[in-house]
Amino acid sequence: MLSLLVATAVALIRVRGLLASIMLTSVYGLLSASFFVIMDAVDVAFTEAAVGAGVSPLLLLLTVAIVGRKEAAPAQGRRAAMPILLVTVTGALLIIGTLDMPPFGAADAPVHQHVAPYYLEQSGGEIGIPNVVTSVLASYRAYDTLGEVLVIFTAGVAVILALAPPGQRGSFRLDDSSATPFVPNTIVQVVSKLLIPFMLLFACYVQFHGEYGPGGGFQAGVIFASGIILYGLLYGLPTVCRAIPPPVVEVLAAVGVLIYGLTGVLSLLGGSSFLDYGVFADDPVTAQHIGIVCIELGVGITVAAVIITIYYAFARQQERGRS
Amino acid sequence: MEWVGNICLFIGSFLLLTGALGFLRFRDFYARIHACGITETLATGFILLGLFLHSDAVLPQIKLVMILLFVLFSSPTASHALAKAAWNAGVRPRDSDGVRLPLPPSDQ
Repeated sequence: MLSLLVATAVALIRVRGLLASIMLTSVYGLLSASFFVIMDAVDVAFTEAAVGAGVSPLLLLLTVAIVGRKEAAPAQGRRAAMPILLVTVTGALLIIGTLDMPPFGAADAPVHQHVAPYYLEQSGGEIGIPNVVTSVLASYRAYDTLGEVLVIFTAGVAVILALAPPGQRGSFRLDDSSATPFVPNTIVQVVSKLLIPFMLLFACYVQFHGEYGPGGGFQAGVIFASGIILYGLLYGLPTVCRAIPPPVVEVLAAVGVLIYGLTGVLSLLGGSSFLDYGVFADDPVTAQHIGIVCIELGVGITVAAVIITIYYAFARQQERGRS
Repeated sequence: MEWVGNICLFIGSFLLLTGALGFLRFRDFYARIHACGITETLATGFILLGLFLHSDAVLPQIKLVMILLFVLFSSPTASHALAKAAWNAGVRPRDSDGVRLPLPPSDQ
């Protein structure tokens, strides 16, 4: 598996065409996802399969559709010495850094000495859910996860700001007059109509079953967004904008973060510390459940909304370039 | 039951191998799609059937059937989408001498 990853990476460096390298990026994402499954990190594999193999190559493809598929030819005779030196030094430093790491799977590695044993042994009794990843992510380390959600939200805001045309106020509305007529592709549309509802249903399952099996807010949000983006790809941007208006999505991105933050504030008001769910119910395990469901909902809404927003921003650029 | 499953797995792997070979050897885009699209659908079906016969619990079997349904829907659709995109982009099949066939006049 690792050798396949390395082979893909080498091919990725050597290939010149931008389309081919995007496809290789997608292959790389799929391989990493399988790699994560082998390493028993199913939660990460979920996200990697959807984002690494699906959404991010798609965004790259949209970019290429805007800027053209030819890579600029390297200037002859002027080998960039400085970048090569920089890359070599950085790479060497990183490799030297890994030399100090304990061997893979060593029982006396610092990771396994610090708080991990506590989480693994106590989470069953304290949180009462089988998926330890969720209990660490949403309860013990809820503050870190809040940071991650804020990072995603900030990324969405940054993309909106960077790609908005000058002089735009508020979120964009697609005026139907400028929209190019969309070429229908009947077979793909019919099949996707059959499959997309199941994708969305599966996203909800991943969202609310995340405590018991692999999954959770991040994974569910990504899957949900993939379903919507697939719809947008096959039916055109105006159709999907009518179904799910961009202003609503942008508001939802903020609402998700607010749900997360308010959960923390509510626990503060209940007389406990920030994001300590003990105040939500008398039974501590039930309280943990309520808290985790709330913040996972916030995470899911934010992730889905931000990814859809980013897709809208890119797709609209392409639409404007065409007309 | 066990050895029927083994035979199914073997047939599936063999078909995948022929598909990969065809992908490498065939001369134009459509022949390659033909090679991998058809063998892939059948091979995945056989492999899933083999796994189905191997497993003895009901839940994994239901999941395998659902995966099979999904593959039966998505894989031919993906092949079709590829072929259609190629046709719309102006890729034309080659004849046996490797010369691209001209566009049919009604298509322009």
